[in-house]
Amino acid sequence: MGDVAYGYLILAVAAVCTYGWRALGVALAGRIGPGSVWLEWIGCVAYALLAGLIARMLLLPAGPLMETATLSRAAGIGLAITVYFGLRRNILAGVLTGAGVLTLLESL
Amino acid sequence: MGEAKKSAAFRSPRHAAIGGARESLGAPALVLSASFVGFGSLVRGSGLDLGHALFSTATAWALPGQIATIELTAAGATLLAIAIATALSNARLTPMILALIPQLAAPGRRRWQFYLVAHVVAITSWLHAMRRVPDLPAEQRLPFVAGFGTTLWLLTLAATALGYVSAAQVPSWLSLGLVFLTPVYFTLVLIGDVKGRVRALSLVFGACLGPLFHLVTTEWGLLLTGLVGGTAAFVLGRTRSRQAGHG
Repeated sequence: MGDVAYGYLILAVAAVCTYGWRALGVALAGRIGPGSVWLEWIGCVAYALLAGLIARMLLLPAGPLMETATLSRAAGIGLAITVYFGLRRNILAGVLTGAGVLTLLESL
Repeated sequence: MGEAKKSAAFRSPRHAAIGGARESLGAPALVLSASFVGFGSLVRGSGLDLGHALFSTATAWALPGQIATIELTAAGATLLAIAIATALSNARLTPMILALIPQLAAPGRRRWQFYLVAHVVAITSWLHAMRRVPDLPAEQRLPFVAGFGTTLWLLTLAATALGYVSAAQVPSWLSLGLVFLTPVYFTLVLIGDVKGRVRALSLVFGACLGPLFHLVTTEWGLLLTGLVGGTAAFVLGRTRSRQAGHG
């Protein structure tokens, strides 16, 4: 098998390892009615998981952010939150502020 | 554009799909596209083809797992190792989908429609759907999520191609800002949508346990965070509401 074809094989397996979890979620969802107590619990699990993922991305980042100072990231996220709430929940302004602050602090 | 002032319901399911598409344009599209531009350039840097990059975005559409797949492929890992790492990185999709899909039920919905819409549910579309869907009439919910997710999915395909083609041309100071957009965006969406005590507890527990468990076990850290943090928030929330009910 050539390199290109092997690349597609890997990606196809990865796709199965991704959509499989989605399909499992849909299959299990058929057993849970709206308003059920299980639904409430699953919602808690999903939100805790995402909060954990995001806290990890900010505190223990992988990739290019690994080389940035924790303080730069903290200042970026802090100002982003301030601008977001200060401008009546303007997400775009908050996000651009956060990225701008980090970029600025890291290029000093 | 202010996010708080969106009208709740649409005129029809068709309008809900268009409305979903429209709401994805803006911060969600910008942030997610920036991430996928980064993904496109990662794929190129790993020596794979443009076709590989597009195939990955089209069929997986869950960025953390896609990055893991590409990095391990570039490092020459075995197919089994890649499959396991990708699967672990994506297991969060099951509780996410499970929490969302029952809310999309409506008379006349077919099972395959849920399986189809699930493909365009990832963190960004999930967060937006969880916030907007409770305000929509049942028959508008699935079209709304489909319109939102499909638009993002198409845009990220274009972004992946753009990142691949322009790989060497993004200056490093800019790419730093682009990479930071995603965690900032998710943070704002999460804290901007805290409805009630149980949700707040889930977020606080998750945010505290996430980095801790990650240090203990990289592979299982996130799932443990969800199970332990989410269950603790759920139990605490129920105990409190029961006490309030009796007293």
